[in-house]
Amino acid sequence: MSCALLLLLTSLALAMGTGTAVEIQRPRGVPQSKRQFYEENKPFTCLDGSSTIPFDRVNDDYCDCKDGSDEPGTAACPNGSFHCTNAGFRPAFIPSSRINDGICDCCDTTDEYNSGATCQNTCREMGRKERESLQIMAEITKEGFLLKQQLIHEAKRGQEDKRGKLTELKGSKKGLEGKVEALRTVKETAEDPEKEAKERHLKSWEEQKELIRMEKDKTRMAEAFLELDDDADGYVSVAELQSHLELDPDSDGSLTETETQGLLGGEGKVDTSTFETVWSGIKDKYLSEGLLDPPAPVETPQEEESRDFVSDHDSDHYPEDYAGEEEDVEDDDEEDDDHDEEEEEKVPPTVQTPEKREDDELSMPPYDTETQSLIDAAQKARDDFDEAERALREVDDQMKNLEKEIGFDFGPSAEFAYLYSQCYELSTSEYIYRLCPFNRVSQKPKFGGSETNLGLWGQWAGPEENLYSVMKYDHGQGCWQGPNRSTTVKLTCGKETVVTSTSEPSRCEYLMEFTTPAVCQEPASLDEVLHGHTEL
Amino acid sequence: MASFIERMYLYRVLVLSVFLSITQAVDRSNFKTCDQSAFCSRQRAMKPGQTSYTALLETLELSDSHLTVQLLNNNNKVLLLLELYRLQGNMTRVKINELKPIKPRYEVPDVLITDPPTELMSVVAQDEHRVVLSLGGEDWRLILSAQPFRLDIMEGPQVLLSLNSRGLLAFEQLRIRKDTKSQTDTEEAGEKEDTEKHDKEKVSEGEEEAEEEVDQPGMWEETFKTHADTKPNGPSSISLDFSLPGVEHVYGIPEHADGLRLKNTDGGDPYRLYNLDVFQYELFNPMALYGAVPVLLSHNTHRTMGLFWLNAAETWVDVSSGQGSSEVPQTDVRWISESGIIDVFIMLGPRPNDVFTQYSSLTGTQAFPPLSSLAYHQCRWNYNDQEDVSAVDQGFDEHDIPYDFIWLDIEHTDGKRYFTWDNNKFPQPKDMLQGLLDKRRKMVTIVDPHIKVDSSYKIHTEIRSRGYYIKNKDGGDYEGWCWPGNAGYPDFTNPEMRKWWASMFAYDQYEGSMENLYTWNDMNEPSVFNGPEVTMHKDALHGPWEHRDIHNLYGFYVQMATAEGQIQRSGGLERPFVLTRAFFAGSQRYGAVWTGDNAAEWGHLKMSIPMCLSLGLVGISFCGADVGGFFKTPSAELLVRWYQAGAYQPFFRAHAHLDTPRREPWLFGPDNTALIREAVRQRYTLLPYWYLQFYHAQRTGQPVMRPLWVEYPEDIATFSIDNEFLIGRDLLVHPVTDERSSGVTAYLPGTGEVWYDVHTFQRHDGAQNLSIPVTMSSIPVFQRGGSIICRKNRVRRSSSCMENDPYTLYVALDSQGKAEGEIYIDDGHTFKHKTDKQFIHRRLSFTANSLSSSDLSPDSQFPTASWVEQVNILGAQKPDAVTLTTTDGGESSVEFAFDPDTAVLTLRKPGVNAGVNWTLHLR
Repeated sequence: MSCALLLLLTSLALAMGTGTAVEIQRPRGVPQSKRQFYEENKPFTCLDGSSTIPFDRVNDDYCDCKDGSDEPGTAACPNGSFHCTNAGFRPAFIPSSRINDGICDCCDTTDEYNSGATCQNTCREMGRKERESLQIMAEITKEGFLLKQQLIHEAKRGQEDKRGKLTELKGSKKGLEGKVEALRTVKETAEDPEKEAKERHLKSWEEQKELIRMEKDKTRMAEAFLELDDDADGYVSVAELQSHLELDPDSDGSLTETETQGLLGGEGKVDTSTFETVWSGIKDKYLSEGLLDPPAPVETPQEEESRDFVSDHDSDHYPEDYAGEEEDVEDDDEEDDDHDEEEEEKVPPTVQTPEKREDDELSMPPYDTETQSLIDAAQKARDDFDEAERALREVDDQMKNLEKEIGFDFGPSAEFAYLYSQCYELSTSEYIYRLCPFNRVSQKPKFGGSETNLGLWGQWAGPEENLYSVMKYDHGQGCWQGPNRSTTVKLTCGKETVVTSTSEPSRCEYLMEFTTPAVCQEPASLDEVLHGHTEL
Repeated sequence: MASFIERMYLYRVLVLSVFLSITQAVDRSNFKTCDQSAFCSRQRAMKPGQTSYTALLETLELSDSHLTVQLLNNNNKVLLLLELYRLQGNMTRVKINELKPIKPRYEVPDVLITDPPTELMSVVAQDEHRVVLSLGGEDWRLILSAQPFRLDIMEGPQVLLSLNSRGLLAFEQLRIRKDTKSQTDTEEAGEKEDTEKHDKEKVSEGEEEAEEEVDQPGMWEETFKTHADTKPNGPSSISLDFSLPGVEHVYGIPEHADGLRLKNTDGGDPYRLYNLDVFQYELFNPMALYGAVPVLLSHNTHRTMGLFWLNAAETWVDVSSGQGSSEVPQTDVRWISESGIIDVFIMLGPRPNDVFTQYSSLTGTQAFPPLSSLAYHQCRWNYNDQEDVSAVDQGFDEHDIPYDFIWLDIEHTDGKRYFTWDNNKFPQPKDMLQGLLDKRRKMVTIVDPHIKVDSSYKIHTEIRSRGYYIKNKDGGDYEGWCWPGNAGYPDFTNPEMRKWWASMFAYDQYEGSMENLYTWNDMNEPSVFNGPEVTMHKDALHGPWEHRDIHNLYGFYVQMATAEGQIQRSGGLERPFVLTRAFFAGSQRYGAVWTGDNAAEWGHLKMSIPMCLSLGLVGISFCGADVGGFFKTPSAELLVRWYQAGAYQPFFRAHAHLDTPRREPWLFGPDNTALIREAVRQRYTLLPYWYLQFYHAQRTGQPVMRPLWVEYPEDIATFSIDNEFLIGRDLLVHPVTDERSSGVTAYLPGTGEVWYDVHTFQRHDGAQNLSIPVTMSSIPVFQRGGSIICRKNRVRRSSSCMENDPYTLYVALDSQGKAEGEIYIDDGHTFKHKTDKQFIHRRLSFTANSLSSSDLSPDSQFPTASWVEQVNILGAQKPDAVTLTTTDGGESSVEFAFDPDTAVLTLRKPGVNAGVNWTLHLR
């Protein structure tokens, strides 16, 4: 019967580094450190003090102690733990439920002493492998740590450079500010006479224009009078005017006699001189009979008008506006800038079209030389001022960027500063992943398709004692029925700065592994690494 | 321009509709109401009244096995044939078909495990109005009345059940379409259709007086949304009513997301049985879900009965409870099916257990599952790749939580081609399976019945070339959209097809499979994304039969063929494990079912209880709900409570939707991890008890998870309880299913019964409502006084690891100081218990201060390493001494401890082997 287990004392020949063998006896599953509590042939007191039992009930495959301490070498207690010595590798505790469960947990096979499982002692092999990998790791750490020092140094220098640059910029900013102010005065001084001269020029042009217009009006009035005076009696009568329906004051479609009389200032007919006052009342509406005349007449002007309208609508700016909207919807924010430029380029010509027509007849004459030279002088002052202002803005921008960069948390010694404004890619079977530290993470399908934002720089997110081991990027593109995409970047020590793997453990929550020398810790001595882990 | 704007508009509409469909629950408009189902609305428009059928007693013929008589439809003179059988085990079978149908009508094959054996029927009395038949016993009678036709089953003067007492028998005979001309016209000129139809209707109206029967809309074609159902066979529906005098409580006809007790359907829709893939189903309504079992149970304090309506077509069930004549309560039930024949089994009980025995004698019992499948299952859509599987596996060990199965959903395949693996994510499936095997764990992969139409996919090309696909109405292979895009649907009703499908699970066919890989059949309603009501067109063809005739059977056959494949791959040695979403009567023979795509809501947690109870009542014991809820994201509290409830339900699997955040048990902080660990551990300690219940279920057909009334049939207080339940007879579970609950009130049934809290061993009297204060760690569970339950308290990382572990016995004394229990042990995974009688089945009995183990099956044997490590006697008194006697005559003293506060006597390490006789004497 398998339950009838004797108290098994393990005889362990423990190989010390020196090669001398020491024999210790202790109950199965008890670590060296607790050996003194298990004294053979003396009553055993549960380690929590809850009760005391005869020593033959230690490891008798029945749980007597609440804390499981009487069964360190059997699976009897639900809360027990078993100690494997694992000579040649690292000792370990396993839950006692793993004793004799048919699965080899301890590399020294001691957990499967009665299950029929055939376990190989793999401790030496594992120890060797671990030492090898520790050695490799130690070397990496060592080199990485050197690189890190360099990075810190560079970062420090970079930081100093930046600070120096900032100070420098502050200085030049002051200079520029003075210059801007000075040039502003120059500009304003030059602009006053320019403005006056321009106004003068304009005023005289307006006057001239008014004269021309009056002249034109007179001609038109005379022509109209002749047109209207059908019987050429030197008077325009009510009857003669009445055919001009467009003059109907209440626009009800009929021009009554009374209405016409009203237009003629209450007279039945007017002569040329009285017509002047009548003309001023009707000239805005009046349509020349010459245009009205032709056989398929009445609609001709309207047709022209509507053609204008159609062409306006059809050709340029309306559709342009639509096209603009179209782009807006499709491309959203990304191409906003381009689009604005296009709109500016395309809209103006159509807007100018109607003006141009008047300008054909009435374009302003060029400025006289005096005015022109004032304008030129003012323009130069303006250009100088603009340039100075632009330079100031540039300095401002530079300062802002520098301040931002200086303000970033690049780690305790700014060792992560070198990652700023860099990007690192990893290509998988389907996607190219791109990590731009302190900026964003993205994913682009290899075979066409647009880039997906997997998160924008959030914060350092490692555990308290190791804050700089994890970066968190969030507020990426939204997921259907889910959260916004986010990425956790785990940083491990490496000689090179590389994205080593990516995965999506949960929908839209990405995990990226990233090696960098910047997280390499100061290496303990190799001996310490190798021996600090063993109990021996 | 315009097209662009249209596009944008469409896009917005799409976005909007997607948005709506996720914020509301089910889109009801995707599924028919009775009004939208032509035959249902036609049948339901018929009102109770004068029957139009007469039994022609002069045609009556009585043979040894059955009676036949013709029924005349008085309106159209069509003759039906009624067959009556008296079946062994107190059942009556009633079959009604057309006497001479113009073509055969579908009769459901393969569901009955055998042609039910009959018993002699004899005529007791006969005149021109009625025939009285003896159903055995002193006073069991069946009365067949001629005019109007009805059947009454009597016990003495008591009517137990009547058929057609409301005159709702309606049998639409198959017919030739009268107006074939207009049919061809319609086909030729689609545009004229409407006007012609109007014309036709007008003509019909005019002729109404002259003609006996008028075609009603929907008889020869029907359109739902954009889907047309051509009905080349025309109307074929059937309906019959049953009256149950003295009955107020009826149960069963799953699957519905509704309470245990069926509700009155007056004024609403009937309960619908039509296997459908319902996206985000709603609670408390009679809409059809994934599976259908047309079995209804009636119960009152005197008698439990069952009705089994063997029909696989779309079926609607009206339930109406009220006062019958003379103020006796009565429940009327009416069944309406779209095609097939009337074939009803009336199970006369009289006890609940008798009904289970009767029903399982017809359709078989629950398959005895591998022991490990009763343990915990970890599932997610999806575990991404081999590394993910290995990390999750590792996670369970790191957090010391046991599990037995890890599951892979559809993403593990190469482009949803089942029986294949995604080469990038799962390049070495055998390595992965071996890794699990090394830890004595197992895996399930999904194999759905929709097959990607792809000429480079072997499964598809084989099925196509062998002609195994379901055909569309025009004779081509039926194709629909599902996960892989365009897909074909193998015709699982074809035994040749099933045989071929089974052969695909052979280790050399299913590449990368190993003996610890099992199967999950999802989407087998079948789900057709672009089909009517997300399923197959009813005019699709399975050989000579329409899909209409067989619809509810499809999922049943898929699981049947899959389970058969698993048995065959091991040469008939190993028990299969197959989970299915769709099911029918008899599906219990092939494995487990789950309640489909539920949601992470407290209401869904609550609903898991009545849904599984209803399934248990109709034979399907291996039932569970997705722990945590499939859609949406559970709070940590809901997840913990769901683990606690799920640990005490038969099929215990956590599952989650692709779009939800990860929810492995250790992701919610150490406190919640500990709570979940504890719930799962409780499940593992009770595995011997669960296994025993399934052993019983397989042998007797008794449900594993039971409503209280099944064990306390005379206690009216139990009849509507569905927030607590029994596992077997001996464990009463009242899970906490309310948020921030500080207490629950559990009803402890049974006058004179005693119940023990399994955690504190506190003793409570039966027949009372007990208020129980709860904390987050509470799972209120009680052991019945008078029972003995065996546990294995050494919980290990998987159930297989616990195989040889010792037992702890919990002997809960009743008020007479007695208790009884059983122990069942076998190898846990083969059929050798059956084929080679390799098992241990023992009775444990405590009486007169002695606890003894005796063999219940002396002709079987099984070597076990398990032994008895501890006995806890609840409700005990302190003895002076305890001795152990074994069969070899040895006698030894056993140490004990008595706790006077809890009255628990603990016997230390009797140490006897679990397979031998022994007695422990308390003195």
